[in-house]
Amino acid sequence: MSETNIDIVNKGLGKRYRAEKRFRIYGVCAIAASLIFLAFLFISISSTGYTAFQQTFIRLSVYFDPEILGDTTNREGLASANFPAIVKQSLFKMFPEVQSRGEKKQLASLISSGASYYIRDMLIENPDFVGETIQVWLPADDDVDMLIKGHSDRGLVEAERRLNDRQIDWIQQLEKDGSIEKRFNKIFFTVGDSREPELAGIWGAASGSFFTMVITLLLSFPIGVAAAIYLEEFAKKNRWTDIIEVNINNLAAVPSIVFGLLGLAVFLNFFGMPRSAPLVGGLVMTLMTLPVIIIASRASLKSVPPSIREAALGVGASQMQMVFHHVLPLALPGMLTGAIIGMARALGETAPLLMIGMVAFIVDVPSGFTDPATALPVQIYLWADSPEKGFLEKTSAAIMVLLTFLIAMNALAVILRKKFEKRW
Amino acid sequence: MKGKTFFAGLGVAAALTIGAATFNSNAIARDYITVVGSSTVYPFATVVAEQFGKTSGFKTPKIESTGTGGGMKLFCSGVGVQHPDIANASRRIKKSECETCDKNGVKEIIEFKVGYDGIVLGASKKSAAINITRKELFLALAANVPESSGAESLVPNPYKTWKDINPSLPANKIEVLGPPPTSGTRDAFLELVMEVGGSEFAWIKALEKADKDKFKSICHTIREDGAYVEAGENDNLIVQKLDANPNAFGIFGFSFLDQNTDKIQGTSVEGVAPTFEAIADGKYTVSRPLYLYVKKAHVDVIPGMKEYLKEFSSEKAWGEDGYLSEKGLIPMPEDERKSFSNAVQTLKVLPCGELK
Repeated sequence: MSETNIDIVNKGLGKRYRAEKRFRIYGVCAIAASLIFLAFLFISISSTGYTAFQQTFIRLSVYFDPEILGDTTNREGLASANFPAIVKQSLFKMFPEVQSRGEKKQLASLISSGASYYIRDMLIENPDFVGETIQVWLPADDDVDMLIKGHSDRGLVEAERRLNDRQIDWIQQLEKDGSIEKRFNKIFFTVGDSREPELAGIWGAASGSFFTMVITLLLSFPIGVAAAIYLEEFAKKNRWTDIIEVNINNLAAVPSIVFGLLGLAVFLNFFGMPRSAPLVGGLVMTLMTLPVIIIASRASLKSVPPSIREAALGVGASQMQMVFHHVLPLALPGMLTGAIIGMARALGETAPLLMIGMVAFIVDVPSGFTDPATALPVQIYLWADSPEKGFLEKTSAAIMVLLTFLIAMNALAVILRKKFEKRW
Repeated sequence: MKGKTFFAGLGVAAALTIGAATFNSNAIARDYITVVGSSTVYPFATVVAEQFGKTSGFKTPKIESTGTGGGMKLFCSGVGVQHPDIANASRRIKKSECETCDKNGVKEIIEFKVGYDGIVLGASKKSAAINITRKELFLALAANVPESSGAESLVPNPYKTWKDINPSLPANKIEVLGPPPTSGTRDAFLELVMEVGGSEFAWIKALEKADKDKFKSICHTIREDGAYVEAGENDNLIVQKLDANPNAFGIFGFSFLDQNTDKIQGTSVEGVAPTFEAIADGKYTVSRPLYLYVKKAHVDVIPGMKEYLKEFSSEKAWGEDGYLSEKGLIPMPEDERKSFSNAVQTLKVLPCGELK
């Protein structure tokens, strides 16, 4: 009996099934591995970062002593008024047994050095507080914050702690009175950078990123889409368009630091634009995202079936009417997706910003396109490099904020695609 | 119509580009101070800037951390609002840099020393404290070391453990985490530890005068066989790695030791532990001065310049108990503080000829 074809097939069948099974297992392993990495990233970041959304506050009864404050009815008076003394006085009143200068200094260091600004702002809002005693929750120093959150160990030998035995006694006393507690950290979401971890916020960097992204979107989307439409629908296919296409693809792969150097040479040195401005940052990011948008837009134009074009031309539409009335609306969801993904990449970029001076310590929240500003990833980098332990959780919290934005942008891309996409 | 809105969008974009292109920064005055330079001075300069911004009524200065060399390049590129006003430096300005400044029109520079920074050889608290000399460090880290027989020639570094160098040291593998060549901390380490350690050998010391290049190549070449690990500019990373590896040592600035006393201990160099007091009175030898360089031409142009320098040189900032010392800056002795705050008051100009 000679082997028939079916015998040959049956003989190899088990092997083929096994090969397929193996391949499926590889696939599942690959997915599992990437999920594990992702979960590891999220867990390690959120487990150190979540505590930054809370902040330790100490309750003081602050007496707005007119003798210390002096005349606070005008601006000069407010500027020169001794608010730190007001804070210290209220603190000393809680611990009357503290007398020596050294101990007083240790006690005063439990409260954040920024507390006096809060008192000042309170007084500016309510000028009639002078002469009154008010209960205020003021931010604690970062060392106290770390202790309360359990990031530093109370059990260590005194010399190895940032706070000494006396200071821990005082904190325990405050805990007993309920005068120290963790509250939602509003500061983190409303102010700019600071060198004191308890006063540092993400808002300055977030607005810097916002202004940068506005410029990037306004420039790169129209230019990118126009370039893609011209190349795909109007340009003749010849050697020149081939060269342009190859170059655009190459540009998309150029390391981002190169765009920063270009920005430094062109925008700062040649056009004389201001350093550290979101305007320049946006221009540099535009250069970076343009190739991505052009490539994505061309791909989505290509995916519109030629029958649509032919039909439009057949009923007498001009080339331009055909593109703008029929092809572009169908290709737009894909273009938007490309733009959003390009923008998300730009949002997470620091290297080009280094060259144009956006890696900087900036306290004031930027209010326009030419104000000095930094960006979210830059803020993360700067905090990660700070010696104070309090910045560790701030760094992770800032990463969480950045990731939230990125996820939101990518989700928007998915929603847009789902909503407007047409299938043939 | 979709087409119309699209073209309107294009128009806006074009207008923006043209508007941006015709931008001339000379036309707009700058109302905040711009500072560039060393990442070592950055944590101190920023504290002063923040304090200054909150109390003086001026805008908060903008401080970029570019590294000393990069900062000097920007600082010396010219006079005018588009150029920085102050450069932070973790070493003295070089003669060549000063001359570049001069060539670009930055004729008058005011030198302003702000304090000292100690460089620490740290290790995990879990390891036993040791005492080391600069000569031993040189022998542990130089790429080529003098032969142990005493002959005046070099051999590739044969030492594998600390015990090989000095029997009283532990028998652990030599493993030091330190900054990369771009860092000012590395420059200072080479100068303060490796050069001094190398000079312990009489014939190497003689080279310093006779053949400076050879001397430098002996003392400045760090071994690359894994004993010295370049850990990046981020000192926090070094601290974390030390915590995980009790046998390793790390090289970083004193402020990181100060903030991490629960995890890290400073290794004594020549019998002196790196404490605040020991660095301040000069007993701990591995410390370096930190500087600000100020453009005199900008002092009266940019609002708040004088006040910023005054804040920096006030006792509440750089004094013994000032807020800078809390951040780990080692204050200068009182007479030195006085002389530098005077130099700032009188805006005394630094002549390039004085430099190396």
